Amino acid sequence: MKHRLFRGGVHPEGGKELTKDKPIVPLDPGGTLVFPLSQHIGAPCLPLVEKGQEILRGQLIASPPEGRLGVAIHSSVSGKVKSIEMRPVVGGRGVSVVVENDGLAREVSFEERPRWRELSRESILSIISESGIVGLGGACFPTSVKLNPPPDSPIDTVILNGAECEPYLTCDDRIMQEHADDVACGTELLRRIFPDARIVVGLEENKPEAIEALSGAFAAIGADVEVRALPVMYPQGSEKQLIFAVTGRSVPSGKLPCAVGCLVQNVATVRNMYLAVAQGRPLMDRVITVTGEGIAEPGNFLVPLGTLVSRLIEVAGGFKGDPGKVIAGGPMMGFALTRLDVPVVKGTSGILVQPRSMTLVEPERDCIRCGRCIEVCPMGLEPYRLNRLALLEDYDAFVDEGGMDCIECGSCSYTCPSMRYLVQSLREAKRTAAARRRK
Amino acid sequence: MNEKLIVSTSPHVHANVTVRTVMVDVLIALLPALAASAYFFGVRALLLTAVTAASCAAAEYLWQRLLGKPVTISDGSALVTGVLLAMNVPPTFPFWMAVVGGVFAIIVVKQFFGGLGKNVVNPALAARAFLLASWPGAMTSWTVDGVSTATALGILKEGGQALPSLMDLFVGHVGGCLGETSVLALVIGAGWLFWRRVITPEIPVVYIATTGLLTWILGREGFFTGNGLYEIFAGGLFLGAIFMATDYVTSPMTVKGRILFAFGCGVITTLIRVYGNYPEGVSFAILIMNLVTPLIDRKVKPLRFGEVSSRG
Ligand code: SF4
Ligand code: SF4
Repeated sequence: MKHRLFRGGVHPEGGKELTKDKPIVPLDPGGTLVFPLSQHIGAPCLPLVEKGQEILRGQLIASPPEGRLGVAIHSSVSGKVKSIEMRPVVGGRGVSVVVENDGLAREVSFEERPRWRELSRESILSIISESGIVGLGGACFPTSVKLNPPPDSPIDTVILNGAECEPYLTCDDRIMQEHADDVACGTELLRRIFPDARIVVGLEENKPEAIEALSGAFAAIGADVEVRALPVMYPQGSEKQLIFAVTGRSVPSGKLPCAVGCLVQNVATVRNMYLAVAQGRPLMDRVITVTGEGIAEPGNFLVPLGTLVSRLIEVAGGFKGDPGKVIAGGPMMGFALTRLDVPVVKGTSGILVQPRSMTLVEPERDCIRCGRCIEVCPMGLEPYRLNRLALLEDYDAFVDEGGMDCIECGSCSYTCPSMRYLVQSLREAKRTAAARRRK
Repeated sequence: MNEKLIVSTSPHVHANVTVRTVMVDVLIALLPALAASAYFFGVRALLLTAVTAASCAAAEYLWQRLLGKPVTISDGSALVTGVLLAMNVPPTFPFWMAVVGGVFAIIVVKQFFGGLGKNVVNPALAARAFLLASWPGAMTSWTVDGVSTATALGILKEGGQALPSLMDLFVGHVGGCLGETSVLALVIGAGWLFWRRVITPEIPVVYIATTGLLTWILGREGFFTGNGLYEIFAGGLFLGAIFMATDYVTSPMTVKGRILFAFGCGVITTLIRVYGNYPEGVSFAILIMNLVTPLIDRKVKPLRFGEVSSRG
């Protein structure tokens, strides 16, 4: 099959072998769970429960302010609301609902919809919205909003993102293998929403089991979905690069995928769309890869949202050796944690532990002008130049040189022999430049 | 947990290529040429290399210590400069002059401009030019098997002796600088650099091809009289194209820019060889193009994402 490859990219060491054959295991979340009220793009949610209140698994505990972008939050366990207070979360602190788990997993009664295939587009979208579903690839954008693009940009291609190009992470791979049926049913919903669009699953060709499972599942229900194996290359799973690989179209600078008639949804998101619409189950758990050379028993877990990272590490056998870094997400774009009592949120795809011996400590040196960063940049930028402009705080030139197009994939820093903090400085500069623009 | 977790922003992994691994690869790639020079010119070639390498490393160390800067000789770049400088002098070159060359390369050409990455021209080449201007006699006295001789390019220019055979040029049994002698050894080194992805083939290939074509077309005896193959094997073209013109710091950073750069090197080399007074043009061609590099980098940009499809 002919496929294009975007320009640039790198081949970070996989690390996937640690967990790719580990089936998804349900995880006991422990005693205390924390639900941050602000965990999506959009306005923070307002709590709907009070301290001391008894709650059930699946119960709505917070929802976005009326008329604002955002999605609902549901409890993943049954028990009692201990408090609503500031708690450490990934990237800082945030007001959170703290729940004491009673371990009984008493659930609200989920409204199954046996005739889900006949629901209208509007009902599907509102169920998805009420079920708290966001993009599970990490962006956390409300799915119901994404599925409702402006009418002036018709969607002719819907792409399921199964690339999972981040090293070490295998949660999407496992979902595609173990829950291909759910994913297939999810595409039926996409078909209802976009009746005329072509639906394609894009994934890297190093996942033959997933390719087989998905192809089988689509055939079984007669879904007209193409499974497209793509070359293994980071960042294949980035929206713009994936769209290019599948359709040959380039999303113009500063535009959304709908500008070229495309819409991308992560495979795990699509699966949860199905669970929500057909089985009435809101987003309560997600699959997380707990892995790394610093973890005793790496694996894939079905984790109730709100579970503390420390609990995940405990269940995965604890640390192996002296932990250096604990990262929420993958090694290329993940976030290093300062503490372990932070909760897993909807966008947490992995917990990666690097032993201290593996942690990078090399100092930054002067650029030796080797050109590698240019060679690997999937956006065709000159990271060394943007880095210089960022350090000079010359934001006008930074924007002129395309700095705002940087997708923060980290390929440049990954490859730089002088260990320059390229993407790190670009990220900052993008934020500052964007803030200035708004003024 | 007794120690604190390390916190830094992503990415949290690295390709394991560092300045040092790059420099080590360049040194490895120079080994065949070094061996060939020892074989054809004797142990003195090795001693000379040791002298230039040591003087470069020492100059860098002392300079950085004196100025209270972090000492960077462990990155290997000073050693590479030293070995490359040796490759660019005749086997009989006096040791003390070699020391002067090494110090000049590191202090004047590299550190005065701010150290590795900031220098404008290639330190080893600039030092070669400096030595040539200071001691033209010592820099152009060639011997093979203990007998003084002329280089193939010198004979092409001045006549006099019989030209060495193409095979001798290829294997290295000819007069010339240490590193120029064996094309074969240099090509083996290039293979290593390509395989290790230290350099990409644009510069060597375009440079050598341009020189071969142009020397044939412009010919020393008139249009289309040149022997392009002989011209590319003679002199320092392979050494320059593989090891000097590909210096990261002083060559362009984009593929297109590198092609332009290499083409420019080829044109200037040919013009000097065919029309100039001086038999060899490689060093000056590369030095001149080093100066043009900032301009090329400003003008030649990579294709941005999205520009690909708009051009079909
Ligand atoms: S500049 Fe941005 S888009 Fe380009 S490689 Fe670096 S992080 Fe990725
Ligand atoms: S990869 Fe690093 S050293 Fe090489 S050009 Fe880019 S910034 Fe400079």
